[in-house]
Amino acid sequence: MTPTLPPPPGCNVELAEKVLTAFLREEAGKFGIKGAVLGLSGGIDSALVLELAARSLGPENVLAVAMPYQTSNPISLELAEKAAKSAGTPIEVVDISKMADAHIQAAGIEDEDSPAARLRKGNIMARARMVILYDRSARDGSLVFGTSNKTELLLGYGTIHGDMASAINPIGDLYKSQVFALSRHLGVPQEIVDRPPSADLWEGQTDEEELGFSYEEVDSLLHLQVDRRYSFDHLLEAGFQKSFIEAISKRVRNNQYKRRPPVIAKLANRTINLDYRYARDWGA
Amino acid sequence: MSLDCLAALCQFKPALGDLKSNLEKHHAWLERAEAEKADLVVFPELSLSGYFLRDITQDSGLRLNDPIIQDLVARSKGRSIVFGFVEESDDHRFYNSMLFAEAGEILHVHRKVHLPDYGIFEEGRYFAPGNSFDVVQSKLGRFGILTCEDAWHLDSAWLQFLQGTDAFLIPSASPARGVDTDAPELSSQTAWRTLNSAISLFMQAWVLHCNRVGFEDGAMYWGASSITSPFGFTDAEAPGEEEHLLLHRLSEDPLRRARIFTPLRRDARPDLVRLHLARLLQDPDALKAAELEQEG
Repeated sequence: MTPTLPPPPGCNVELAEKVLTAFLREEAGKFGIKGAVLGLSGGIDSALVLELAARSLGPENVLAVAMPYQTSNPISLELAEKAAKSAGTPIEVVDISKMADAHIQAAGIEDEDSPAARLRKGNIMARARMVILYDRSARDGSLVFGTSNKTELLLGYGTIHGDMASAINPIGDLYKSQVFALSRHLGVPQEIVDRPPSADLWEGQTDEEELGFSYEEVDSLLHLQVDRRYSFDHLLEAGFQKSFIEAISKRVRNNQYKRRPPVIAKLANRTINLDYRYARDWGA
Repeated sequence: MSLDCLAALCQFKPALGDLKSNLEKHHAWLERAEAEKADLVVFPELSLSGYFLRDITQDSGLRLNDPIIQDLVARSKGRSIVFGFVEESDDHRFYNSMLFAEAGEILHVHRKVHLPDYGIFEEGRYFAPGNSFDVVQSKLGRFGILTCEDAWHLDSAWLQFLQGTDAFLIPSASPARGVDTDAPELSSQTAWRTLNSAISLFMQAWVLHCNRVGFEDGAMYWGASSITSPFGFTDAEAPGEEEHLLLHRLSEDPLRRARIFTPLRRDARPDLVRLHLARLLQDPDALKAAELEQEG
């Protein structure tokens, strides 16, 4: 990162902890549900959500599910177990290899290794995990807690109907840099905090290498652009490269579809979500 | 008349769109306030309906003669009550209203004038704006009601200041925002603290800010209801995030001392304001110049 760039957003960790634990308790409680289930990858985002969930609902009411695929780094499972131990929650391990492979074969890409095929395989794995989580949610009468942070939601760096699927998400308004700060504050195991973020879809993958920029750099830009409403010229003045601002802005725009429900063709006077407008908490 | 009353601010969580359960909650909080012998009981904005209503707005509309309203008004025989609801007018407009009930009667209804329509707010889409900042002459004293955004327009408070307001009642549903700095509290809370202090200091009156708590669609209402003295200091403050009954005695003495210390009331010049306003409003060029200046 160029040293002259503004720093990424700060985070008042005590306040964030207070708001987010109250959020999970209340929003889950509104639906009469006391339990939560979430996918625990061995990475920092899900470890943070697990810690918040355990503090809000009590660790015995939170189920962590680790869902390795055959190519997943074995360290991921070790770290997931460590995170569950640290949060005091039960953990269930479900190997998704057979399930995902069946889908990969049905899609006819089992012998391909192009970037496009890798992406498709990764999406299949993410969706296989979603299927397991929603099954556990139905089995236990619990809610699926989301683990996508604001940076990846804005960049669209996730699989729609896969890891982006959840009932409620406590960290969707925290940038990755803030996820780090809050995780340190809540005592997420050091090895998880120190580990380079990775989707762990193939060997040696890291987010920052795949994205082509650092979280620090992109968080700084997104925070100023989205939260502080800096104009393009103001961002240039702040020291960001023109090409970087343009590329990120385009990426955020192109991924808007992942953040919204499907588009419905309007025919009637009142169309769901357009002019039939109710809060999600309606009737809760 | 000398101000001397025990005020109770009910910082609670209304259920979204559930009038029946919210009415029960009002009664429960009134019981608590009565047990403390409160003279004035204040509820937050839209306390009977919840805030993030969207299309529930029309379903929650109540006429002033509605049994729910009459039920609460009847409860005001022993103490004055201020609560919030969606008011439906005879010609089917919907207002974000606060009702001041006393001695079993409706003393005043304040229809929110400034309906925020920015950020997460959508009030302008659903509500009709009120058009007055009249004050309430209660047996307890003179009160000015400023519903949330109304308070941000200092001219609203000033109009009530000119009518001799002793205490501003500011009900709100303020969503928590801003954890991205090192400040010890939410940026929305800091902003409100500054505002409450400014209103009390400049208008030389008590400020009773009753902010709700609870979550609606992920947004947290942060509570921390407060009572600010006419000197601009916070005299009492409820904790954030949780339900709380905040009690504080309002008295005449600080009003008197503040107004002697700095006689802003005595020295106010509404006549000059009228002259300037008349000139500005009648002279499009002058207004335009003011707008250009603002943009520059």
